[in-house]
Order: sequence, then structure tokens, then C-alpha cells
Amino acid sequence: MEALVFYPFALVAVISAILVIWCRNPVNSALSLVLTFICLAGLYVTLNAPFMAAIQIIVYAGAIMVLILFVIMMLNLSSDVKRGIRHSVVTGPVASGLILFFVLYFVGGGEAGLHNGTLLAEIVNKVGHTEMIGAAIFTQFLFPFEIASILLLVAIIGAVVLAKKDV
Amino acid sequence: MITLNHYLVLSAILFSLGTLGVLTRRNAIVIFMSVELMLNAVNLTFISFSSYLGNLDGQVFVFFVMAVAAAEAAVGLALMIAFHRNKDSIDVEEFNLLKW
Repeated sequence: MEALVFYPFALVAVISAILVIWCRNPVNSALSLVLTFICLAGLYVTLNAPFMAAIQIIVYAGAIMVLILFVIMMLNLSSDVKRGIRHSVVTGPVASGLILFFVLYFVGGGEAGLHNGTLLAEIVNKVGHTEMIGAAIFTQFLFPFEIASILLLVAIIGAVVLAKKDV
Repeated sequence: MITLNHYLVLSAILFSLGTLGVLTRRNAIVIFMSVELMLNAVNLTFISFSSYLGNLDGQVFVFFVMAVAAAEAAVGLALMIAFHRNKDSIDVEEFNLLKW
């Protein structure tokens, strides 16, 4: 049952990730990236993390991708049709192939599936995933949460200052 | 039976595709989207480890990664707008103002 969900989502995620770096037009890349995000959200649901799937759709596929599409359309990037590939046409595939090779080597080295924590599917269904994340953020991770709010404030001010024509 | 290794292999493939995009594309916005792809590959690793090891902390990490990604998107796209205003292009080959 889990394989029926995993393999289609994984296949579509990988194909649309290839399309992100393959497409000449940045709008097509952005739409492929939205498809990748939606597939990852489906995988998060199968991993018993429904809240993460929801904010993946809302924050990534919604907010961030709308921002990127907005900027692509505002800049009117039709001039990018010349040459899609940079000069590092050898270094790029070699570096990413090395990353893939070493990760696959270490992943193939052993089995890490040792369930020794308290998070189970029954508890997630009974308590509710949002409640569990909220309890963790507002008790154990309260200080990082406040730091994140300051970071977002700085990002807002920085974006306004950078994008303004003359400060 | 889907094990943890399946998710790790998928995450590795997505991460290396993101690396390939960052290193080979010229358009700064596509490079930016490839960075988002790499962040999402790491998020998938966090959530699959969290689910398979039964520990919630990884999912809280993903929450913070998403907050940082949103901040990065805002500032990065503002930088691209500022650069496009000066050079009338967002080709990374032209990002050489600090080159000696």
C-alpha cells in the first residue's frame, strides 16, 4: 500500500525536478518546481506529518512560488533565450554526480530504521499533528521561534530597502 | 515495503539535481529555484528520519528551515530586482562587480 503511494510521487518529483533545471523558460521551471513541492507534500502525508504537508503547500507552493513567479513576470526575462548553460558544463555534472554517488554509498551501507522514540502513527492521529508541533515550538523551541520572527522582520525590511528605487 | 532508505535515496537524487541546477544554469532565478529544491531535499530527509526514528524534533527543524527559506526568498528576489535595475539582466555571468 505504501509503495503504491511512494513510487508515483517519487517518480513525478524526480521528473519535475529534472524539468526545473532543463526548461529554457523560467516560468516553466517555476511551475515544475510547484509540482515537485506538491509531490513532496504527498510524501509528508505518508510519513505521518500532515501539518508539514499543509505548510509545504501553503508556504512553499503558495507564498514562495508566487513571489518567484511575480518577480519573473515583473522582470520580463525574455532576453534569456541565448545560451541556457554556463561554462561549468563539466564541473556541474561531476560535482552533483559525486554527491549522489557518496550519498548512495553511505545509504547503501546499512539500515538506520531503529524506531526508539515516542512518535507513533497512533499518537499523531489521537493527539493531532498540529498540536504536537505547536507544543514543541512554544515550549522546547521557544527561543528559536522568537529568533525566527526577528529574522523575518529583518528580511521584510531588507527586501523593502533593496528593492526600493532610491532610499 | 518502503524503508527509510527509499526516502534517503529520493532525497539524494533531488539534492544532486539541485546542485546540478546551481552549477550549470545562468539565469539567477533558476539558480534560486535550484537552491529551494536542495532545501526541500533536506526537509524530506529531516521528516523521514523524524518519522522513522519516532522523534518530533526533525519536524520542528523543517518548520524553521521553511521560515529561513521564506526570508531568503524575499531578500534574494529583492537583490535580483536591484541587480536587474542596474544591469538590465539577471545572467550570473554579469555578476562580476566585485571581481578583481
